[in-house]
Amino acid sequence: MRSHPLVFALQLLITLLAAAFLVVPAATSILAGLTVNYFQGVRSGLTLEWVAQVWGLYAPTIFRSIGLALGTLAVTLVIGVPAAWALVRKPGRMSRLVEEVVTLPVAIPGLALALALILTYGGVREFRASVLFILVGHVLYTLPFMLRSVMAVLAAVDVRTLEVGAASLGASPWQRFIQVVVPNARPGILAGALMVVTLSIGEFNLTWMLHTPLTQTLPVGLADSYASMRLEIASAYTLVFFIMIVPLLIAIQMLAGERKAKARKSRP
Amino acid sequence: MTETAPLAAHGAAITLTACAKTFADGTRALEPVDLAIAAGETVVLLGPSGCGKTTTLRIIAGLEAPDAGGVVRFDAEDVTAKPIEKRNVGMVFQSYALFPNMTVVENVAYGLRVRGVAKAERLARAAEVLEMMRIDALANRGIDQLSGGQRQRVALARALAVRPRAILLDEPLTALDAALREHLRAEIDALLRRLAITAIYVTHDQAEALALGDRIVVMRQGAIAQIGTPREIYFQPANDFVASFVGITNRLDGMVRNGSFEGAAGRVPVTGPDRAHATLAFRPEGARLCGVAESSLHFKVEQVHFQGARQRVLLSAGDGARITVEASPDLPLVAGDTVGVALDPSRLALV
Repeated sequence: MRSHPLVFALQLLITLLAAAFLVVPAATSILAGLTVNYFQGVRSGLTLEWVAQVWGLYAPTIFRSIGLALGTLAVTLVIGVPAAWALVRKPGRMSRLVEEVVTLPVAIPGLALALALILTYGGVREFRASVLFILVGHVLYTLPFMLRSVMAVLAAVDVRTLEVGAASLGASPWQRFIQVVVPNARPGILAGALMVVTLSIGEFNLTWMLHTPLTQTLPVGLADSYASMRLEIASAYTLVFFIMIVPLLIAIQMLAGERKAKARKSRP
Repeated sequence: MTETAPLAAHGAAITLTACAKTFADGTRALEPVDLAIAAGETVVLLGPSGCGKTTTLRIIAGLEAPDAGGVVRFDAEDVTAKPIEKRNVGMVFQSYALFPNMTVVENVAYGLRVRGVAKAERLARAAEVLEMMRIDALANRGIDQLSGGQRQRVALARALAVRPRAILLDEPLTALDAALREHLRAEIDALLRRLAITAIYVTHDQAEALALGDRIVVMRQGAIAQIGTPREIYFQPANDFVASFVGITNRLDGMVRNGSFEGAAGRVPVTGPDRAHATLAFRPEGARLCGVAESSLHFKVEQVHFQGARQRVLLSAGDGARITVEASPDLPLVAGDTVGVALDPSRLALV
């Protein structure tokens, strides 16, 4: 069906407007981080000085965020993959309940979750002051994403039958998990892992409550720089954040595309 | 015998004693069942869905524990408490259950891998099994590059490669189309016979059961309705259910008096005591059309279906009962004719 040229032009215009609505502020912000003086505009010249200053001031928060994201990933993998396996293996009311409870932190405002953590564990000083405290919050928040992603893939490949097949061939539960469940859950694990890392790096709500001046993360540092620094530095910081998060988002997209292509291929 | 060398005979006799299964929610899936399967025998569990055939198979496999009191023995060994991975049974599933993360030969070698056989040796042994099943050309393919029939052959090879004490097949042909089903059925039959392995085959398809089984166990509502050879099941069904589940059955209602069945269509000599109510059951092949004078059973021709090698004739009795018989294709028959029917006394049952 070919649409009228006018209709097409209108559609194109709306699409471009919508895209511009989202892209222009991002581009403006990035540009602000690279201009010598934002109030004079680009005429004042471009510079990397602000980025360098951000690096000098906030490099620790960047590394902390990366470390935190990797730590969160490790914990969600160790807990999430076996848990997903267990839930897919024994479907029933109990496993649905567990799934719902685990998913709850996504629905509860991060602030409330953080407050609950502080009320419960805030008294343990060393724990409260360490990055581990934030890690716990991030794990609570990201675990359902890992869990659901892995569960969906395990259900799609009918892992229960695969496991029975492996068991009939003499494989112990551990062998089945390592040699059959994990390799076949790989697309789900990969997608879940990217999700967890992206969410952890960008998490603000929870972290803002849980952090101490010595355990600032990148988004918390962003808020700090917005509140107390020149606009150019805050914008340069946004740029740094973009550089970190955009490759992750692209990886997620590519992974999803690959999975779709594979699903098409395996359907004869 | 050289061809079967990689998989020399090693079947176990399997004995179930008082194996019942009640699920956690109180559903009784299986009444206490006793079943003795000889080493090397092919037994088919046949029945409609929900009859307990799959539960029985799962109890034999070790995927389901029987209720207290039930005992499963492989030869003399009590395996009731052993999980499936310790029983050394090969399983073949309707959905194939091949590992998508491994190639064909890796799938077939997997059972040897978990047994700690070195890589070179297990791949060589897997290749031997593939060759025996004439699918060695597929060895390095991925699972998603195989057709359904190829997948089931690979699944069979994988189950046999570990030299199991028994092979358990759970509706292995149900997912395939009709022509392929027939072909693969013949292949499985030949393979099981050549290997002389103990095999338990679950199906709801009576044609499969009749073709494959040394013995058939017909099940209904969690209990065994009849155990017998395919011929026994077909020609001497123990009850109405078996008769109607396996093949076309003709039934005539009447009574037995003085060694003779009497119904609306006439009289047939039978053995047995007098009964006020009796049903005479027989297969289309157990009946023959004849002249009115040659038989005391008379029917009216309702419909004639010409099928080439034979014609299938639908007849009706005076009380409205309908039966189906087969006749040679050159016999001139027209709806409305009255014909005689002669029954083979060895192929009829009073139920």
